[in-house]
Amino acid sequence: MVFSPETPKPLCDLVQVLLTGPHSLTPAEREMIATYVSSQNDCMYCQSCHGSTAAQHLGGSDADYELIAGIKQNYEATAISSRMKALLAIAGKVQKGSKHLTGKDVAHARQEGATDKEIHDTVLIAAAFCMFNRYVDDLATWQPRDPEIYREIGMMTAQLGYVGRDYKKPLKANAAKPDKVEV
Amino acid sequence: MAHIQVPEGAPGILGPMAISPESTKALRELVEVLLRGPNTLTAAEREIIAMYVSSQNDCCFCQLSHGAAAAEHLGGDYDLIDRVKRNYATAEISGKLKSLLAIAGKVQQGGKHVTSEDVMRAREQGATDKEIHDTVLIAAAFCMFNRYVDGLDTWQPTDPNDYREMGQIMANVGYVRPNWEKTGEAA
Repeated sequence: MVFSPETPKPLCDLVQVLLTGPHSLTPAEREMIATYVSSQNDCMYCQSCHGSTAAQHLGGSDADYELIAGIKQNYEATAISSRMKALLAIAGKVQKGSKHLTGKDVAHARQEGATDKEIHDTVLIAAAFCMFNRYVDDLATWQPRDPEIYREIGMMTAQLGYVGRDYKKPLKANAAKPDKVEV
Repeated sequence: MAHIQVPEGAPGILGPMAISPESTKALRELVEVLLRGPNTLTAAEREIIAMYVSSQNDCCFCQLSHGAAAAEHLGGDYDLIDRVKRNYATAEISGKLKSLLAIAGKVQQGGKHVTSEDVMRAREQGATDKEIHDTVLIAAAFCMFNRYVDGLDTWQPTDPNDYREMGQIMANVGYVRPNWEKTGEAA
């Protein structure tokens, strides 16, 4: 994104609207959808950043981080609502490709209380992360491995959102490792 | 009928866009920058990348509309766009664009398919790092747009002639226009 001065703004505006805009799905629920799709796409950076942001929206305790790890592993076995499980099933179908979502998946989400707008937003968030994950991984970007870095990114993102932030400001967790730079 | 309630008769992406103005503004601004913003790749070349990825994703609406936009940028050369879609390797486009389409095709398959050999080949054909970046991002963005359009099972005209006017507007006016929310016009 540093490399391409004109594209970060629309990309940040999009993720801001999708994950933090006024919406009946909570920011934590939307970050869970982003995390789940990114983990299905095996994008380490996106699943770690958005997973941490989701956990921070929930309070940031170890139990919150464990819930997010559980959702990535097998969301059916977690304590999230059945509405949320039905939306994650939809997101998983969108991740596989554009023609996998069935009327049955949508009807199931409606039965669990999801509105058309929530189904729309789930599809668009899942589709958008099929973009972001490809952007990050197909350019073979360097991605931090230290969980502390992602904890800090999640805290900042949950507080500040995606727009109007100083992305070049060094992370505290990075300060101990001067050879690494934030992507 | 689409999976969710959208205005009747709104083709493809315009259906879901009509029910979500905030995300639509962001999506339109993104596609405007990607396909029409200042760039060393021509608008026609970028529309060809969008069309090609959409055809690989089998998205009727996106491949026909962006194919039409590409053709309109080229003075109405719809035949060339058809040849690119059928087999870009034998079409009369530059070696550079062919190498970029190879990269776009890898991005369409997933996040881990582009190899350094693909990138090297594009550099050998004269592509800059910025052009390779933009190709990856356009291809990734159409993996989003195609999923949005087809994931929601939107209604889409199947006759290519129905997309000519849309292609002219996309090529000549662009994707971000004043009052588009109110008019509900084609993109």
